[in-house]
Amino acid sequence: MNVFGIPMQALFGQLLLGLVNGSFYAMLSLGLAVIFGLLNVINFAHGALYMMGAFVAWMGLAYLGLNYWVMLILAPLVVGLFGIVIERLLLRHLYRLDHLYGLLLTFGLTLLIEGLFRSFYGVSGQPFQTPDLLRGATNLGFMILPIYRAWVVVASLIVCFGTWFVIERTPLGALLRAATENPRLVEAFGVNVPRMIMLTYGFGVALAAFAGVLAAPVLQVSPLMGSNLIIVVFAVVVIGGMGSIMGAILTGLGLGVIEGLTKVFWPEASNTVVFVIMAIVLLLRPAGLFGKEK
Amino acid sequence: MNRHIAGYVVLAVAAALLPFLGVYPIFAMKVMCYALFACAFNLLLGFTGLLSFGHAAFLGSAAYATGYALKAWGVTPEVGLIFGVAVAALLGLVVGGLAIRRSGIYFAMITLAMAQMVYFFFLQARFTGGEDGLQQVPRGRLFGVIDLSSDLTLYYLVLALFLIGFAIIWRTVNSPFGQVLKALRENEPRAISLGYDVDRFKLLAFVLSAAIAGLAGSAKTLVFVSATLSDATWQMSGLVILMTLIGGMGTFLGPVLGAFIVVLLENKVGDFGQALTSMTGIDWFRQLGESVTIVIGLIFVICVMAFRRGIVGEFQALLRRRKAT
Repeated sequence: MNVFGIPMQALFGQLLLGLVNGSFYAMLSLGLAVIFGLLNVINFAHGALYMMGAFVAWMGLAYLGLNYWVMLILAPLVVGLFGIVIERLLLRHLYRLDHLYGLLLTFGLTLLIEGLFRSFYGVSGQPFQTPDLLRGATNLGFMILPIYRAWVVVASLIVCFGTWFVIERTPLGALLRAATENPRLVEAFGVNVPRMIMLTYGFGVALAAFAGVLAAPVLQVSPLMGSNLIIVVFAVVVIGGMGSIMGAILTGLGLGVIEGLTKVFWPEASNTVVFVIMAIVLLLRPAGLFGKEK
Repeated sequence: MNRHIAGYVVLAVAAALLPFLGVYPIFAMKVMCYALFACAFNLLLGFTGLLSFGHAAFLGSAAYATGYALKAWGVTPEVGLIFGVAVAALLGLVVGGLAIRRSGIYFAMITLAMAQMVYFFFLQARFTGGEDGLQQVPRGRLFGVIDLSSDLTLYYLVLALFLIGFAIIWRTVNSPFGQVLKALRENEPRAISLGYDVDRFKLLAFVLSAAIAGLAGSAKTLVFVSATLSDATWQMSGLVILMTLIGGMGTFLGPVLGAFIVVLLENKVGDFGQALTSMTGIDWFRQLGESVTIVIGLIFVICVMAFRRGIVGEFQALLRRRKAT
């Protein structure tokens, strides 16, 4: 069966791969948006921390003999804690300054973290075993569905919509949104805003690490896996605008799918299609698809 | 003002004498190319308050354009240089035109993303030679007369290019136009309310900065007789930020000093690692040379946390305090 002269198998295969990439974009841009909302910092280190998540999981498997499921919880916790340390020691001192210093600091941290991992593990990827439970594929009739890829999409959707629910529909989320709008007023109500900021950063970072663990069996675990991703995620953030949580999720998934389809129809353009879309969106709707004009 | 100019003349003369003091010309030319690149970047960050995270795109595209013109079309070096600068300026018009539609942190992200797109273009385009880059670019004869194959002759050409670029930046900043740019940096809404067409000023500054960054890239191609992909990477965009930050953003000599420090660091960090290994006995330091990024990242963090004015900036602040007391 062919669609536009492309075998159906290949089309759906790339569509699924696009969805997988889209879920990584969604999780990372969601974390960036939450962090930016409260800290006014664009966390360049997000890609490096995503890579750290994958590496911590790999280390847990290789050195400690723990299994995938334990690391899926443990790695985000470890990296989240690391993020909290960064926030306490470094980022906290920059809030009063121009936003660009936060970007520059996290950029420096990215080089530092990547350089350290490179010096120990080289640039070649470490293989990561797919957990037994999720190995293999099922035949859906119109396509072969690798179970692990389906799991990545489902797991990230659950996490993304869980985050959306907590922020938009619970009292805790209401407090968070209030602090995003006016931190001083919320502080006057007796909320410990600095601690909230710290935990928010930790959470955003843990989200990136979770994406990293999910990515580990799909992509190889390599020190450079984060830096190329983060630039695409920046473009995703510009396209979506950082105003809305749901916007970040939908833009991430949508762009992943578009990228996947481009890989089928015009492979050479698949690296750049997200940037081209960013340019078009900037021309037509500078604030981004879901952003609010300030 | 006149004392400043006299100071620059002394520095320029000293730079002209460097090859006779035993300084390796290639090293000095590399520093000058990066210094010009950093000065161009500083025109945006330091004097206009725009953080471009994609300036490597202009360095890289001019390097490729000049290299291709010299190699494939066999033009003379001055035509190659002009072509490189023109390509960088045109690219600056496109990238700048898009990026100024958003401000602040978005501006940085857009320039970074556009530069990454340019990088992928160079990676995939056939004329750039992919991962290998353009090799063995002929230096040719300047104006068809002066043979540039000698490093010493080329040194004076690169010095002249650097001085021209530096003078343009100096003149721009110390002009009514430059005053408007500074006003934009300090308070954009006020500049708008005073009736300035802010977008036009920003775009003009961006194109100028891109063109001069291009000049640096074109010169670099002549020096190394090659144009490679590394000139267009995001790491290079980060490096130029670091040069400006270390030296002092918003100062004239800061980026020059910063470029010198970064180039020195890239060349010498391996030796430093060797020394640390022999001193501490920890073998890991030996491979510091291959992972310069660790050192660069560390300096970045230190600069941002504790040293935001940079070396020249701190020095100027010290002088001002002296004067005040």
